[in-house]
Amino acid sequence: MSNIELKEMKERLSRVDKYASKRTPWECVKLSRNINRPGVDDYIKLICDDFMPLSGDRLFGDDKAMLGGIGLIDDIPVTIIGNRKGSNLKENIDVNYGMSHPEGYRKALRLAKQAQRFNRPIISFIDTPGEYPGLGSEERGIGEAIATNLKEFSTISVPIINFIIGEGGSGGALGIGVGDKLYLLENAVYSVITPEGFASILMKDSTKAEEAANIMKMTAQDLLEMGIINGVIKEDKEGAHKDPSFSANEIKKTIIKDLKSLSKKNPNSLVRYRLKKIRSIGATKEQHSWSEPLLKVLQKAK
Amino acid sequence: MENLIQCPNCHEEFDKSILNENLEVCPSCNYHFRMKCEERINLLCDSNSFVEIDEDLISSNPLELKEYEEKLKAHKTKSNLNDAVVTGKAKINNEEVYLCIMSFDFMGGSMGAIVGEKITKIMIEGALNDTPVVIFCASGGARMQEGIFSLMQMAKTSAAVALMNKCKVPLFVVLTHPTTGGVSASFAMLGDVILSEPGALIGFAGPRVIQGTIGEKLPKGFQTAEFQKEHGFVDSIVERKNIKKTLSFLIKTHKVK
Repeated sequence: MSNIELKEMKERLSRVDKYASKRTPWECVKLSRNINRPGVDDYIKLICDDFMPLSGDRLFGDDKAMLGGIGLIDDIPVTIIGNRKGSNLKENIDVNYGMSHPEGYRKALRLAKQAQRFNRPIISFIDTPGEYPGLGSEERGIGEAIATNLKEFSTISVPIINFIIGEGGSGGALGIGVGDKLYLLENAVYSVITPEGFASILMKDSTKAEEAANIMKMTAQDLLEMGIINGVIKEDKEGAHKDPSFSANEIKKTIIKDLKSLSKKNPNSLVRYRLKKIRSIGATKEQHSWSEPLLKVLQKAK
Repeated sequence: MENLIQCPNCHEEFDKSILNENLEVCPSCNYHFRMKCEERINLLCDSNSFVEIDEDLISSNPLELKEYEEKLKAHKTKSNLNDAVVTGKAKINNEEVYLCIMSFDFMGGSMGAIVGEKITKIMIEGALNDTPVVIFCASGGARMQEGIFSLMQMAKTSAAVALMNKCKVPLFVVLTHPTTGGVSASFAMLGDVILSEPGALIGFAGPRVIQGTIGEKLPKGFQTAEFQKEHGFVDSIVERKNIKKTLSFLIKTHKVK
């Protein structure tokens, strides 16, 4: 590393807070929705040596709100899926602000199964307030599409690494969020419903979103403490939009490190480990009471 | 006179006892009222065959909301249940099944960690013991008071269905009014066979939310059981009086071994 590089690196690091972000949850919510915040397209450009987008669910159409394709990261072929929000008003409207229809989730599943066939790890970039709540979405079975992804991704036998890069909202986020490792960017959020929705339903006042955000435990730090995520990806002090390549580099390092260990596992133990992780969330009794039946079923399912 | 009940569909009035005798179905228009878990067990299971499992599991309060604690208490008293699902083992026409019956009376049938846990446990037991699982759904969606833990129950229950599929043990789902939100985007849509009671509201996003998005009135019959069948998401609409017979047929025709 040259002196100039070293100086640059030091300068950059000085711009990064320790990942316990000093921001309030509401400040994170706002930052996670910042129009200039890097999206899946930006990260692909910064992380991949090469990338080819692939389209369509082979059933109905192509959902532009769901990006999918194959990339090379340091010569490792990976399948990438991610929500696209757009970076200006026109793009926002084109992609419904990152809210996918069923065909988006079905495209993601098609590409995940393709990845499994060709032994490519899967990387997902999550950034959506939720699935698209509309007529077409319901007519074409948005519930079924998400449910099927949750079921299928739980047993896909290649490594899956998920990054929540902005907003992770409800089933729409979870629909491409089941995997082996889950990371949040420092100012990203992840919750069962938007703070506005929480305020409107539980507090009967949608203007109380800030208050809702404070109690929902939706920040990276909260989720890390609750054991929901594996780690936090650092951002520039002012947010990822100030220095996209910094977070991109952190993401890339994480991918390469995780793939080293995950790719060593045989497919059976990879899936077993993933199912155990999913099974453990919110389990009420001591571990052996649920893990023993699970292990027996896994043995039987072979 | 105080026992008169008005049907919300046809507005006809009749005595509560008539409704009870008719399996909580309107004798004049066939509107299916909500049914208590206990009534459903009596309707479905061979007499005295139902044995409840995990009836003592109670919710924790991960977001530490005072209101949630109070609400849980109030709903326990009101519904005489510990959470929004009753699970157990039973016999239907002499065939063993695992049974989950959700109750809309307990916090709108919302799915938090307890609902997710009980249903997951039953599905894994079913897969392990080659015993079919029947789930009656009734839910407004995820239990938001439990934050991210409620969302994760969607992944947990759906992964359990994956294991049932791998073990080739059948899952039969019966959708009842209403089945929406997180439940409709997880195990409710993953049955080997999906049945529904007539007229049930079934969908992911609530009608009001969708109306807000599209800014116009929703078409008549949108998100009903009949709509879902027409769009290919429900196998069959089964009247309450025929449900035992239908499930019995399905259990016979999905032999594990």
